[in-house]
Amino acid sequence: MSEGIGAAVKRKEDKRFITGSGRYTDDIKLENQAYAAFVRSPHAHANVKSIDKSAAEAMDGVLAVLDGKQLTGDGIGNIICGWAITSKDGSPMNMGAWSALATDKVRYVGDAVVAVIAETQAQAAEAAEAVMVEYEELAVAANIEAAVADGAPQIHDNAPGNVIYDWDIGELADTDSALAGAAHVTEMDITNNRLSPNAMEPRAAITKYDAAEDHYTLYTTSQNPHVARLVLSAFYQVAPEHKLRVIAPDVGGGFGSKIYIYPEEIVCLWAAMKTKRSIKWTADRTEAFLTDAHGRDHVTNAKMGFDADGNIVGFKVATKANFGAYMSLFSSAVPTYLYATLLSGTYNIPNIYCEVLAVYSNTVPVDAYRGAGRPEASYLVERMMETAAREMGKDPAELRRQNFIKEFPHQTPVIMNYDSGDFEGNLNQAMEAADWNGFEARKAESAARGKLRGIGMACYIEACGIAPSAAVGSLGAGVGLWESAEVRVNPVGTIEILTGSHSHGQGHETTFAQVVADRFGVPLDSVQIVHGDTDKVQFGMGTYGSRSGPVGMSAIVKALDKVEAKVKKIGAHLLEEPEENIVIEEGTVKATGTNKALGWHEIGLAAYTAHNLPPDMEPGLKEGAFYDPLNFTFPMGCFICEVEVDPDTGKTEILKFVASDDFGVIINPMIVEGQVHGGIAQGVGQALLEEVVYDENGQQLSASYMDYTMPRADDVPSYDVLHHNTKCTTNPLGIKGCGEAGAIGSPPAVINAITNAIGNNDLSMPATPSKVWAALGAAKIAAE
Amino acid sequence: MQNTTYHKASSAADAAAKLSGAEDGALLAGGQTLIPTMKQRLAAPSDLVDISGVEEMRGITVSGSTVTIGAMTTHAEVASNAELRSICPGIADLAGHIGDPAVRHRGTLGGSVANNDPAADYPAAMLALGATIKTDKREIAADDFFQGMFSTALDEGEMIVSVSFEAPAKGAYAKFPNPASRYAMCGVFVAQGAGGVRVAVTGAGDDGVFRSADMEDALSGSFSAEALDNVSVSADGMLSDIHGDAAYRANLVKVMAKRAVAAAG
Ligand SMILES: Cc1cc2nc3c(=O)[nH]c(=O)nc-3n(C[C@H](O)[C@H](O)[C@H](O)COP(=O)(O)OP(=O)(O)OC[C@H]3O[C@@H](n4cnc5c(N)ncnc54)[C@H](O)[C@@H]3O)c2cc1C
Repeated sequence: MSEGIGAAVKRKEDKRFITGSGRYTDDIKLENQAYAAFVRSPHAHANVKSIDKSAAEAMDGVLAVLDGKQLTGDGIGNIICGWAITSKDGSPMNMGAWSALATDKVRYVGDAVVAVIAETQAQAAEAAEAVMVEYEELAVAANIEAAVADGAPQIHDNAPGNVIYDWDIGELADTDSALAGAAHVTEMDITNNRLSPNAMEPRAAITKYDAAEDHYTLYTTSQNPHVARLVLSAFYQVAPEHKLRVIAPDVGGGFGSKIYIYPEEIVCLWAAMKTKRSIKWTADRTEAFLTDAHGRDHVTNAKMGFDADGNIVGFKVATKANFGAYMSLFSSAVPTYLYATLLSGTYNIPNIYCEVLAVYSNTVPVDAYRGAGRPEASYLVERMMETAAREMGKDPAELRRQNFIKEFPHQTPVIMNYDSGDFEGNLNQAMEAADWNGFEARKAESAARGKLRGIGMACYIEACGIAPSAAVGSLGAGVGLWESAEVRVNPVGTIEILTGSHSHGQGHETTFAQVVADRFGVPLDSVQIVHGDTDKVQFGMGTYGSRSGPVGMSAIVKALDKVEAKVKKIGAHLLEEPEENIVIEEGTVKATGTNKALGWHEIGLAAYTAHNLPPDMEPGLKEGAFYDPLNFTFPMGCFICEVEVDPDTGKTEILKFVASDDFGVIINPMIVEGQVHGGIAQGVGQALLEEVVYDENGQQLSASYMDYTMPRADDVPSYDVLHHNTKCTTNPLGIKGCGEAGAIGSPPAVINAITNAIGNNDLSMPATPSKVWAALGAAKIAAE
Repeated sequence: MQNTTYHKASSAADAAAKLSGAEDGALLAGGQTLIPTMKQRLAAPSDLVDISGVEEMRGITVSGSTVTIGAMTTHAEVASNAELRSICPGIADLAGHIGDPAVRHRGTLGGSVANNDPAADYPAAMLALGATIKTDKREIAADDFFQGMFSTALDEGEMIVSVSFEAPAKGAYAKFPNPASRYAMCGVFVAQGAGGVRVAVTGAGDDGVFRSADMEDALSGSFSAEALDNVSVSADGMLSDIHGDAAYRANLVKVMAKRAVAAAG
């Protein structure tokens, strides 16, 4: 039984997770530990007139009551966005100041104003209620339209009209003339709903300050501990990198929301130094709703033109993106280089133009959330294709097939160069599994029961494996997006892999080990994956954008190449055979054409005893590598969804969901299937259930599970998960990535199915029963 | 959660005594509403008087067509009692769809009725079944008991001991759950009994559970789903929130009423 690449081995990490032995940040207790509680703004926009801390300071157990003036006075820097975007007119983006504790102004409900440090969590919470903050309320812009309206309240002084940037990509004149000459133009206004990430484990931080060493430790719920250390050092001036250790232990889900460095981690580090106590903070669910970076929130107008034969001639897109009150770490890249660069979808589109207006509003900061930009692109392109087919009276599958890109590599008009794929193969596989051709009979059967049946598809493409460093650098990224790995073969032959990727649900401890087992034929159990600690792993850029497979594993492969070369040299020396005859198979180092062989452990021992190594060879068996990707990778697929709508209540039931994905080479099919299941559940959540709603005063109306609808087991169907894979040509394993695909491809498939069922293309997410019922009513009126 | 003093009552009288002795006490039944409210620091009773050990407030008795359910009876017990299900399946079904298994095994009928959440299920059953709410001081008819959202006829410190009603000839509950909370976005209980037809609606009204005279009239003529076809439900007085506006809720009232009548057979 192989445990290597392609084997559906069980997850090594699950033993500790399912027996309750995981070690999450909040499980950690340090000596001398105190607790932090935050005083947060109840207003969406207000000046802070005064802060009276005296009552809180006098309360039992209170150690310190800290405010923003003290924080900035101690030289703690503002929170930054790490990707510089340049507007159409050449001007830089307008980044407003974000202090971890507000100094003179608050800009969203939940903005942290004061931190209370106390002996117990209850005392901290109690004292936080006793801090008296006097606010002068200001007018509020709680959504995109309010933020860009004439006379809108000014949220940051340096962002006139609340505009962060006004960016574009593609050729405007060419696209306009293509649309002018088109035989048919489909135009739609599409919103992409605002989502809350809802990781199962809320964010948490526990900090320690060693005064004698002037050294800090931060345990936190991070997807990228090294990036956390980098920005905490370089920008927030908390401590220099060599005096700061960041540990991200077991982390219970991230979906993007744990990429960023939030005010609480910064404040807890600083407070540990100020109070000489270890400080713990764990968000409760309300704080998670109020402070975890949200996702999506786009409003878009789009026009797609076709010639008389149905070939796409041009695509013009104008998007407004809501950034919330402050620019979070990666926020600027999401509606630009992670969105507009995917607007070609899976199609040959000769002319594309997209402009993006990024705006501040008095809401929680918005940043990358599972898929980040690509779900917005895929939703837009696939709804346009579906609507266009209906308007032109064409079969939606055939319209897609006709426009598919069929030759690779393919250069789109919007930067991306697709390396591989067989889009028709996935389309055919999905249509067959969904029994696409039998739909009419099923629809008639539903109609006989008074139900409306609909079918819809989406042929998404996305970009993973972010990203070639020089390329992203030229586009404004403040960091390189390579990955590092180190392979340590111990004297007894067991292997430790240190990786800069971070697992928070993805199963790296299993899949990364499978790559090693595959290479050397050693047992999976003899391989240990080490991650999430800046003192152990040299450096890493972390896990997001489905990059751990294509980038993280590629770094491991590169380090394994070096180990293999050294092993072969040692083997050749010990077996007294030429190096080119040495092979490594099933954990044995052999000389071909002979019966000479060495056990894997014998190589390790030889390397570390160093009694008999080739001349000039260093002892030891440990190699490191940095891998910088050559290109993005392009997972794609065809999703088909079939629904039944109850016309009396507007409730949608998903009857069938088929996903045919092209993920390139698959390391562990069981884990990949799990990623697809989770991704589709989140996509169904976005399509049918989830939405962060603000009232006009900037109060979140959906800040608890009483009102924010997470998908539950009975909301999602049993999925058919299929693959039609083509190898990625730009990384050594041929991997494309699978972490976000489910969330990217499913929303348009679900909505296209519902709009098909109800005969009305004008439907926005989430398609709640009340919205579908209203859309049905509108369709009826239109028909009369 | 703020500090509070916990007491365990041994009888209804003991509970009443402990409650009246407390500065700002509250009865603790299943705790499924009260404890979350305390955790959110929205309630901070000085004392909690736990009535979960009071045997006299627990259990279901069916004698002839008269049903009595103790206030401390859990939703799970109501859902699974065979005798009750055979004589009044509507209330058993209702209880079986409250919350999730954990909630059903802790939450109680008395707690739900006392709380009178505008989206709770039991108030619709009490009103449609014409139940009598028995407290440690008196008996109150359901028609007088529910007084708008979160408000009841209970006096300060008054405790529900049990509820009783006559099982109707026909009765059923149809619920459209709120997608997020799974409380009732609209729940309609219809009952046809000795006293005529009663229709009670929860979840939809902007001031809690209410009876629909129009639907009761229509069903008195003919107890069939079709009889409701010509009844128009006004959006006035319906709740409007992020899950659905008043017009949608008005639609649901009619749809759920028809489904309840159809289920009642
Ligand atoms: C996740 C979740 C889902 C839920 N879903 C639903 C649902 O779908 N439908 C629904 O109807 N409900 C739902 N509930 C509420 C649930 O039914 C509660 O159990 C019920 O509302 C309160 O009952 P309790 O026994 O828990 O009361 P407690 O929480 O203990 O008490 C509630 C209030 O009633 C008072 N009280 C309790 N007993 C008495 C008494 N005998 N006399 C006078 N006052 C009393 C208490 O002092 C308190 O003020 C849900 C709750 C949760 C947590």
